[in-house]
Amino acid sequence: MIYIIFNISLWLHLLSAGGFIVFLISQQKFVFRISYWTLLSGFLLHTAFLILRYILIGGTPVFDLSSALSLFSWSIVLAYLLLHLRFGLMVLGSFAAPFAAFFMIISSAMSWSDAPAGVGFKSLWLTVHVGTIFLGNGLFAINFLGSIMYLFQEYYIKEKKLGGFYNRLPSLATIDSINYQSLVTGFPLLTVGMISGSIYAQYTLGTYWQWDPKEVWSFVTWLAYAALIHERVAIGWRGRKAAIMSIGCFALLIFTFLVVSLWMGGYHSFGSLGEKRGL
Amino acid sequence: MSRIINLGMNHETAPVSLRECLASDPSNSGKALDAMKEVSSIKECIFISTCNRVEAFAVADDPRYSAVAILKIMCELGGRSNEELSSSIYSNEDGDAIRHLFRVASSLDSMMVGEPQILGQVKQAYALAVEKKTSGVILNRLMHRAFRVAKRVRTETGVSESAVSVSYAAVELARKIFHVLEGKKVLLIGAGEMAELAARHLSTHGISEIIVANRTLSRAMHLAEVFGGRAVSFNEIETSLVEADIVVASTGSPEPIITYETVKGCLRKRRSRPLFFIDIAVPRDVDPRINKLQNVYVYDIDDLKGVVEHNITQRKQESIKAERIVQEEVEKFQKWLETLSVVPTIVDLRKKAEAILEHEFKKSSGALASMSDSQREAMFVMARSICDKLINDPVVFLKRTISRSSSTGYLDLTRKLFKLDGDEDDLH
Repeated sequence: MIYIIFNISLWLHLLSAGGFIVFLISQQKFVFRISYWTLLSGFLLHTAFLILRYILIGGTPVFDLSSALSLFSWSIVLAYLLLHLRFGLMVLGSFAAPFAAFFMIISSAMSWSDAPAGVGFKSLWLTVHVGTIFLGNGLFAINFLGSIMYLFQEYYIKEKKLGGFYNRLPSLATIDSINYQSLVTGFPLLTVGMISGSIYAQYTLGTYWQWDPKEVWSFVTWLAYAALIHERVAIGWRGRKAAIMSIGCFALLIFTFLVVSLWMGGYHSFGSLGEKRGL
Repeated sequence: MSRIINLGMNHETAPVSLRECLASDPSNSGKALDAMKEVSSIKECIFISTCNRVEAFAVADDPRYSAVAILKIMCELGGRSNEELSSSIYSNEDGDAIRHLFRVASSLDSMMVGEPQILGQVKQAYALAVEKKTSGVILNRLMHRAFRVAKRVRTETGVSESAVSVSYAAVELARKIFHVLEGKKVLLIGAGEMAELAARHLSTHGISEIIVANRTLSRAMHLAEVFGGRAVSFNEIETSLVEADIVVASTGSPEPIITYETVKGCLRKRRSRPLFFIDIAVPRDVDPRINKLQNVYVYDIDDLKGVVEHNITQRKQESIKAERIVQEEVEKFQKWLETLSVVPTIVDLRKKAEAILEHEFKKSSGALASMSDSQREAMFVMARSICDKLINDPVVFLKRTISRSSSTGYLDLTRKLFKLDGDEDDLH
């Protein structure tokens, strides 16, 4: 069963999250290396699991909350790995791995629906729509974690309390540039995701836009991130203000992703996606 | 059997006047080595002399006699009487001497625990001993071990991790804000000694430009020239604030030079680039309220001293870990030292031969299976006598060296030739 693969991957994520926390405290390089490779193998297994499920249900596996959370977790790890290649910042894993593992646990606690995807769900547009949005969300998650790191480190320096994690956290400039990078990479992905979704809606539902709650809230989230990028690029915001706004944007994103999909109905909600009522 | 002895004085046992009488002349170390070489009971020796300590380590047959001889040499070199020196001098033997050397090399015995210079000074002293051919089998290994202990202490503990001087603390803070100092601009306000010191420190970390502002422009121009920067007048501080990343203020002004309003006014033009004020003036030059502004950080001299104190307490905690490493290594070294006598070496040699014999027999057991028991027995006896014959001459030779003073060299060579210490990693 492919769920065995998922479970092994889940355990690898948990182990790696634990390892990364040990690394945060002990600062031993070999602990980092073990945690990193554990996370990487967990990620590869998770990738295999997603591919197998894609084949099993004949479409991108996001139609129930469990699948969506698992894909979200996968995106966070992917975003982390990409940024790790770019920045090589070891301590980032101590935040990203537990965060990803957290979503994996919730995902595993819920039941999977293996019902095959409806005809309308077998489209390349859907794969593009889901893929770009989720990778964008993964990057925004890193942006969120980086913002928390920034606020902590800034607090230590401003208040002249150089204990705690001051030595373990990177410099303010480094954290800020991770936040900037993840933001300017995530935003175009979110944009492409929304455009492709709307094109896909035109194909299947005959309209680009139908005031579905998820559409509306996604657009609000998009506007918030657009405002943040504008402030950063045009006004020159950085550091603390940008970090606080990043956290606000991410809260909005989680709201759109979970609350709207679960309780506000519409064709995007997990209920209707599962029953294929929407199409 | 030879013993390791140590005689020395450091910043705790001897006043500076006494230390400097030995350390002031750099050629003293060489002279001390030459003199120690003349003492018949001393086989190997090394002499370490820095501004904070004078230490002699020796491998000697008669520790009492040798210690007295070394003390005499120190007195002669320093031009002090025996009574003056002996009250300030400590002496250690064997395990204690080894531990003392390891602690010195890894900077645990330093005035400022964790300071990095001492290891270099010990290495220099060792290089001199090698040059003068006063180090031998035991000291060579002891010194290499000491370097290894120092490395372990540095990498496995936080003893030398954080800054313990005000200027270092400032540079480290700047790094936590800007990540790298390359390409950053520094504005010096005030061109006194403190400013110069700070500028020197910062410029070794690759800052791109130094701007000097001083009330008397000529002094500013002089300092700017030294660091290849440029001088500005006091009125231009406000415009210079827009380009600077780090500001070091050290004027004697009774009122703050940098006001809250000035900094607030230039933030927009700076497009929120971080700005770090290092205020080492007393009374302060930078209004402390400036620290409340976004992306602006102000550290005054007390804050920096606070950082330093915090770091020192942390180092002390880390040194407990370091002492454990030292203890481990002392025990390892003593174990090795014990093997460096004739009987254990012969035992190890025999054991090695026996192990090879058994291993080879086991390997060929398939091929020997067709033989009768008596044939196999004969085969085994023959192999054993080959082994015995082969090691017989070395064993006889080693037994004869027991009485000779050069025995450690032969023992060491034997252990290396036959690889009796297993895979010894790291030396040489």
